[in-house]
Amino acid sequence: MTELTVRKTEAAFTRPDVDLTTQLGSVTFPNPVFTASGCAAAGQELDQFFDVSQLGGIVTKSIMLAPRSGRATPRMAETPSGMLNSIGLQGPGIDAFLDKDLAWLAQRGARAVVSIAGGSVEDYAKLAAKLRGAKGLAMIEVNISCPNVEDRGQVFACDPGASAAVVQAVKRSAPTGVPVFAKLSPDVTDITEIAKACVDAGADGLSLINTLLGLVIDTDTMRPALGGITGGLSGPAIRPVAVRAVWQVRQALPDIPILGMGGIRTGLDALEFVLAGANAVSVGTTVFGDPRAPIRVLDELAVALAERGFSSVAEAVGLAHRPPEIRLPEGPDPVGDTLGDPAHDDEEQL
Amino acid sequence: MPVQVQGEVLSIRRVGAYFAMTVVAPGMAELTRPGHFVAVQVGGPESSMLLRRAFAIYDVKERGVYGGTVEFIFSVHGKGTAWLARRRPQDKLDLVGPLGKPFRLPAERVTATLVGGGYGSAPLLPLASLLRERGCRVDFVLGAGDQHRLFGQLDAKRIATSIEVTTDDGSSGRRGRVSDVLPELLDRTQSDVVYACGPMAMLRAVTEICSSRGIPCQVAVEESMACGIGVCMTCVLPVIGDDGKTRMLRSCVEGPVFLGDRVRWSDVGTIPEDVVGSITAQAGH
Repeated sequence: MTELTVRKTEAAFTRPDVDLTTQLGSVTFPNPVFTASGCAAAGQELDQFFDVSQLGGIVTKSIMLAPRSGRATPRMAETPSGMLNSIGLQGPGIDAFLDKDLAWLAQRGARAVVSIAGGSVEDYAKLAAKLRGAKGLAMIEVNISCPNVEDRGQVFACDPGASAAVVQAVKRSAPTGVPVFAKLSPDVTDITEIAKACVDAGADGLSLINTLLGLVIDTDTMRPALGGITGGLSGPAIRPVAVRAVWQVRQALPDIPILGMGGIRTGLDALEFVLAGANAVSVGTTVFGDPRAPIRVLDELAVALAERGFSSVAEAVGLAHRPPEIRLPEGPDPVGDTLGDPAHDDEEQL
Repeated sequence: MPVQVQGEVLSIRRVGAYFAMTVVAPGMAELTRPGHFVAVQVGGPESSMLLRRAFAIYDVKERGVYGGTVEFIFSVHGKGTAWLARRRPQDKLDLVGPLGKPFRLPAERVTATLVGGGYGSAPLLPLASLLRERGCRVDFVLGAGDQHRLFGQLDAKRIATSIEVTTDDGSSGRRGRVSDVLPELLDRTQSDVVYACGPMAMLRAVTEICSSRGIPCQVAVEESMACGIGVCMTCVLPVIGDDGKTRMLRSCVEGPVFLGDRVRWSDVGTIPEDVVGSITAQAGH
């Protein structure tokens, strides 16, 4: 009964015939929609609502070497079209994660993108080494937007040198053939500078963006609303910031794979990221309000691509960067002709 | 296993200071047990409020003219609940539920005391019916700020052997708190178990009274949640496990029902130093 109610809609919908495969470094994923780190735990809870192996990948909550209790409550404040969180990387530690969470994802047939977080360069290297030989591991996302004791409370991703050091250490000890993506913070003067430093240090791709640092004051208590005082702002409120970051990095680094995220709620939102230059996207905060959001976004993205005459998602990546002199024809199928889409030609003949 | 359902409002009515909303939500009723909760999307599909609002399930009907329904009680606290209060029959409502771990039922015929604060009595009323069906004796203590914030008095009277009412202002029942009348009632009824739902301060007081008498109590906590399904990690509180170690547990999936004496009430809102994985003065998100 439960199964029926949830799965029925999936069966009724036939995804249009668009090639959704996407290449992130050396790995080809079946489609470009992923969960976002910290918004899907390790996939098991969401699997109650849809088959998580149907997504491009499951990006797991950032894992640290040791178990971690996180920050004091309240940990969340709702904001206009977004939320502020200060969870503090609560988690079971890498060993329990590998035994339970990653093992479950592997058994489920899902592609795991394991997000790792550490307090020092050495932590990251150890975490990456722990992932050698791990079943189900498709990719590593290096969360360098968490505070860093070695760098006087600064965030790694705010400094090109610190970012490069972490990426280099991870690349050195990570299993070969597994792409390493660095997840960057938008709270910097020039995100392309950090992006270049990561790529020069060996990053196979970039995840853009992490949350923005924010603060909410409770006007009843007249104190900060969060136990941790500041928190990370996420949700549709930050989407233009994220799209801008993807745009800038795509422009600066035309060939680097990008996993884009920040406030994606619909397939059209995902398409915005793709057009700005993302090869794949993560659906994060929206999951809290709609547990089926990632699979829904995937369906909607496929429809949106088909409606615009694309036969593959790859054709759309970075298309918003095309020179202004290239005018696309008007009409219900605007990009069809430019891309020589056969489906579009068929329609013309009819 | 919860379901996500596009429900339809069947009815909304005022009950004192609260609203009672019944939603046609096929597939949810038959899975629901007392203590389960439902997470409701607010503001419509283009809403700027992204997070669901969680409410304990009050009543369910598996079948009916309209199919299965769930009913929950809420009060207007902010924009989200104000929007909810403006829903009218046939409006669409996206629900996820049933969520959480329900109250555990005793294997034997016991004497149970149920303590509800405000509309915290909502999940206790179906629990009371279930306990009565199993041959248990049920006594109620209901407390609230004033008479308008009491919920379920009539239901409770019908189901229970006895009912005690307290209000802070004395507008109904005895002036005071549930904790003022609970000790005497427990002694009089020789209660074997206690179930409670309401504000955290009340749950703490109930737990202390039960612990001093060696009576096991189950409490359903109210923690603020973002997702309700266990992925966001916002609704945690320090709970002692079977191994004696304290962990920050999610009240949405490991709760909302906990054994009262396992919750470290004085440490709620903090990360105790001896919690598994504690780092003092840690930061990060």
